[in-house]
Amino acid sequence: MNWFYFSSPSTFYGLAGRLAPWFFALAAVTAVWGLYLGLLVAPTDAQQGEVYRVIFIHVPTAWMSMFLYFVMACYCGLTLVFNTRLSAMMARAIAPTGALFTAVALWTGSFWGKPTWGTYWVWDARLTSELVLLFLYFGFIALSNAFEDPRRGDRAAALLAIIGVVNLPIIYFSVQWWNTLHQGSSVSFKGTSMHVTMLTGMLVMSFSAWFYAAGAALVRVRSIILERERRAQWVRELKEG
Amino acid sequence: MARDLRLAWRHPDEIILTLAFFALVASLFPLGIGAEPQLLARIGPGVIWVGALLAAFLALPGIFAADFIDGSLEQMTLSPHPPLGWAAGKIAAHWIISGLPLTLMSPLIGLQYGLTGDTLLVEALSLALGTPILSLLGGACAALALGARGGGMLLALLALPLFVPVLIFGAGAAEAQATGLAPTPHLSLLAAALIAALVGVPAAVVAAVRISVD
Repeated sequence: MNWFYFSSPSTFYGLAGRLAPWFFALAAVTAVWGLYLGLLVAPTDAQQGEVYRVIFIHVPTAWMSMFLYFVMACYCGLTLVFNTRLSAMMARAIAPTGALFTAVALWTGSFWGKPTWGTYWVWDARLTSELVLLFLYFGFIALSNAFEDPRRGDRAAALLAIIGVVNLPIIYFSVQWWNTLHQGSSVSFKGTSMHVTMLTGMLVMSFSAWFYAAGAALVRVRSIILERERRAQWVRELKEG
Repeated sequence: MARDLRLAWRHPDEIILTLAFFALVASLFPLGIGAEPQLLARIGPGVIWVGALLAAFLALPGIFAADFIDGSLEQMTLSPHPPLGWAAGKIAAHWIISGLPLTLMSPLIGLQYGLTGDTLLVEALSLALGTPILSLLGGACAALALGARGGGMLLALLALPLFVPVLIFGAGAAEAQATGLAPTPHLSLLAAALIAALVGVPAAVVAAVRISVD
């Protein structure tokens, strides 16, 4: 078996096309299941009432915003070290989805904050660092599109993404390092302080977000591949055949 | 570095422009918000930090832009001198012509805001520790954005989010001193960030310059 078979854009194009519908289907199934658990089955929270149900969107998107940045930075590392083409295209394909999840996490968080904390926004360490993450995504997208030569944009943006990785531990540990308004995590590997259906609902929604991100990135990478390789023989054959 | 400093020395107007910008930004706030002494003393440390940050930011394109256009940057990457040496030198030169004068001028602006002796000292100290980090991070972003479309706005989008933590701790130190708390935790964090940036960022600058010139 050749491990690098799918590292060529022409072979990966087909693979991505076959995988993407499956990811979207799984995302839809887990979203329905997760929302059913979260909105209908899970009990009302003793302190917060019904408002807490926004965590079924907020926590999965916040997790994915950090995870996608990490994945993107890994692809960027591959781009810089091995000068591979496909990894740079994957990083570009992931960035808009990552920015979307970051924006949704901030947005749902502020909707939850209004009734619970009494304010849409506070300059708390976690909120600020998540906002910086959003701007890092925007900077990555802007820098990668700022050059005539797309390869130059790939590498400049890759270096930026790797510098920005410093922000991830700051977001993750901000609730422990600074004593601020955003509460600590209720979930850890040792156990959880939540009701078990709440936890299941949240995890199922996280899988849904993950499947959606994978599907969206694969669809986007297909169009990036076509745009970059438009002069290649196999793309012309694809168009004719 | 000696060359950059000599160039800056022969055109002192750039340093003076940076300082004038800093003074102007700092005087806009009392005019816009109102000049009550208590309010000014309250917002002073933060405003001075924001002004210094913006002034240092506006001086960023000067690090590499001229050398990139006339090709001397490419000559430097081809020269036998160690790349870390000249990259660090250019950034140090940027700090000497922007960060250092801003730090020296900050007590003067602080007096306009009615800050007292110790707060002025802590403010200057936090700027002395913080502005080199701005020069380092900003230098990496300036090198990345060389030759890009939409230069200035793009550089703002890249550099300003990275400046946020420096601003928080820098202004936090002076703020803590002004409200009677100990500024040392903030200053220690700034110093730690400076050391980390000194170790890591020059290598990133070299990588960014190499991406830009080929």
